[in-house]
Amino acid sequence: MNKKVMQGNEACAHGALAAGVRFFGGYPITPSTEVAEVMAKELPKVGGKFIQMEDEIASMAAVIGASLTGKKVLTATSGPGFSLKQENLGYACLTEVPCVVVNVQRGGPSTGLPTSPAQSDVMQAKWGTHGDHPIIVISPSTVKECYTLTVRAVNLAEKYMTPVVFLMDEVIGHLREPIDFDEVKDLEVVDRKKPDVSPEEYVSYAAGEDGIPVLAPFGTGYRYHVTGLTHDEQGFSTMAPPVVARMNQRLMDKIDNNLDDIITFESENLEDADVVLVAYGSSARSAKEAMRWLNAADQNVGLFRPITIWPFPEKEIRKIAGNVKAIVVPEMNMGQLKLEIERAAAGLTKVIGVNKVDGEPITPEEIINAVKGVL
Amino acid sequence: MKKYQVKVNEKRCKACGICIGLCPKEVFGEDYLGKAVVKDDGKCTGCKICELHCPDYCVEVGETA
Amino acid sequence: MNSAYEKYFRQDRLPHIWCPGCGNGIVLSAFARAMEELNIDQDKTVVVSGIGCSSRATTYVDFNTLHTTHGRALAFATGVKLANPELNVFVFMGDGDSSAIGGNHLIHASRRNIDITAIIIDNNIYGMTGGQYSPLTPTGKKATTAPYGMVERNFDLCELVKGAGATFVARGTVYHAKQLTDLIVAGAKNKGFSVIEAVSQCPISYGRRNKMKNALEMINWQKEHAVNVKAAQKMNPEQLKDKFLIGELYRAEAPEYTAEYDKLIERVQKGGK
Ligand SMILES: Cc1ncc(C[n+]2csc(CCOP(=O)(O)OP(=O)(O)O)c2C)c(N)n1
Ligand code: SF4
Ligand code: SF4
Ligand code: SF4
Repeated sequence: MNKKVMQGNEACAHGALAAGVRFFGGYPITPSTEVAEVMAKELPKVGGKFIQMEDEIASMAAVIGASLTGKKVLTATSGPGFSLKQENLGYACLTEVPCVVVNVQRGGPSTGLPTSPAQSDVMQAKWGTHGDHPIIVISPSTVKECYTLTVRAVNLAEKYMTPVVFLMDEVIGHLREPIDFDEVKDLEVVDRKKPDVSPEEYVSYAAGEDGIPVLAPFGTGYRYHVTGLTHDEQGFSTMAPPVVARMNQRLMDKIDNNLDDIITFESENLEDADVVLVAYGSSARSAKEAMRWLNAADQNVGLFRPITIWPFPEKEIRKIAGNVKAIVVPEMNMGQLKLEIERAAAGLTKVIGVNKVDGEPITPEEIINAVKGVL
Repeated sequence: MKKYQVKVNEKRCKACGICIGLCPKEVFGEDYLGKAVVKDDGKCTGCKICELHCPDYCVEVGETA
Repeated sequence: MNSAYEKYFRQDRLPHIWCPGCGNGIVLSAFARAMEELNIDQDKTVVVSGIGCSSRATTYVDFNTLHTTHGRALAFATGVKLANPELNVFVFMGDGDSSAIGGNHLIHASRRNIDITAIIIDNNIYGMTGGQYSPLTPTGKKATTAPYGMVERNFDLCELVKGAGATFVARGTVYHAKQLTDLIVAGAKNKGFSVIEAVSQCPISYGRRNKMKNALEMINWQKEHAVNVKAAQKMNPEQLKDKFLIGELYRAEAPEYTAEYDKLIERVQKGGK
């Protein structure tokens, strides 16, 4: 046993370091700042670089630039800063540059509630930047997961050559819980692929059968062009409709063809459930508690907790929807993931939201009341 | 005196008139499309003003024997 | 053309998209000659640009090239340089790109004195979007969004970056193309943040609207209005009226950011605080 009590934000930073992150560019914002503070302290110790940029637009840009030199990179922010990052987040999607963007959600819109939790950036995490684009979004529920899932987020970014949004919330970010470091010391760490051809044969965006391009780190002898304009396999801008269509399709396919690898979730008591709670992040903690109480009162209530929020676990939700009287969705917003669940459930069952936007976490009692209403 | 040969890649020339106007020796003329043509490179002094200022990299000044 | 052209241009990408007589092409060949003079290692060099006509430069030169988002080139370049200080980093920006939307990054790159050489192609206008005014459009000049003349005051970009901490500041013109190469070489050799403002012409979106009918006329305007800093010292204010200075305008010694960060790493790894 090698237990240490720490905050979710600290655990996220330590997870990033364990995953091999060696560059952090950020801008302070509550409630995410501790991630930057830990990185500022720890990165130099391992030869990594930390920079506090002049704003979030610049920090997003800096991490993309650093990633192109082959470094694993991270940035962390919250609501207003997440908004500012959107243009360059889209740039990373299109140019297929791996990076992890931590968003410790706080109440919005605008400056909103800087120190209160929310889960109201779920749709922004998917659609915040303009244009159709793929994105992976992961949401932790415990401090330990802040560590282990940050490692996973970095791995997915490197493997799929894509930005990954690590969607925390203020509760998880500031929660203190023990992590047993013996349990997390052997996590798998994935590095992005290196070209296996000579510079003469190298075609930057040609992507193999898996649809994932191999981008050589700048400075290693493979000279190529990176642009946020829609580009061809050589990386140069194009407006030729068949090429544009092919590139956009590949971008989506590299995620959509690997859903089984990318999507993870936790489920409990789904078999005989009359009602299933679908919850993520800190709300999933209350949902779990609510389920325990209801189960103790002999109610058949199950829990489905998406860990990967985007791409959305559509198949799983549809299966659940076919077997239950209702799905109850507690979230600290006005019903964002609920929309997606309704879409996936396709009318097979009722979807009921437990929504709260007053800056307070959702309590187990509030969830229990909603469940009692349908049982 | 050194002699120079001046060449214009007419495919690349966008007829901007810069070389024609800047050449101190009036080596260039223009064709019906406004593209630069070498009139008389016998007068060329090899100053390369034309080469340095062609936005489309289509003027080449070379030394002949 | 010459050997610099053969070596540093992506031949398969030419001809470029720029309009007839556009100064961008001339600045880019001055840059290529500077690279030749520096005998630069193409594999170890990254050229970054923002968005605008001028920023298309990265398409045509044979380096590791990064065409980024509008105004943000220096922020991307900062990430590249800090992550791997062994790389030579050059940045191409337009006047709007660098001083309006990217103004914040310009002053902070200057303040950090990060070892990057920025070449700002100043054509006094937003070329790519068809001729709207930029912070470098001189007061009174016309633009599509200043149909009655520019009301705002314009920046002196060189003074701005000097004040913000850049350690090499120069201005050149397309007309003085040879000098422009020398200035880029000197900027690249400076271990710190270097800015070269290249006064250029946009005959299509600026010239025609401001009574200069073609590129040649605009280049000749540069010739007549640019005064070398050295020559300017012997001139009186009356003679310098309506003129602008070219040449090496400012040089200073200051700690370079990435080298300082490397020192910090060394200190921390030795157990220092
Ligand atoms: C965020 C954003 N805003 C606006 C634009 C539109 N835009 C493209 S280029 C440009 C101005 C370019 O002017 P300048 O930087 O002076 O370069 P030039 O085209 O003159 O070389 C603008 C406003 C954009 N691409 N991105
Ligand atoms: S080298 Fe000089 S003289 Fe000769 S053609 Fe060119 S500009 Fe004219
Ligand atoms: S400068 Fe170049 S593009 Fe312009 S007219 Fe001369 S040859 Fe043609
Ligand atoms: S619009 Fe102006 S800056 Fe843009 S390519 Fe044309 S001449 Fe050059």
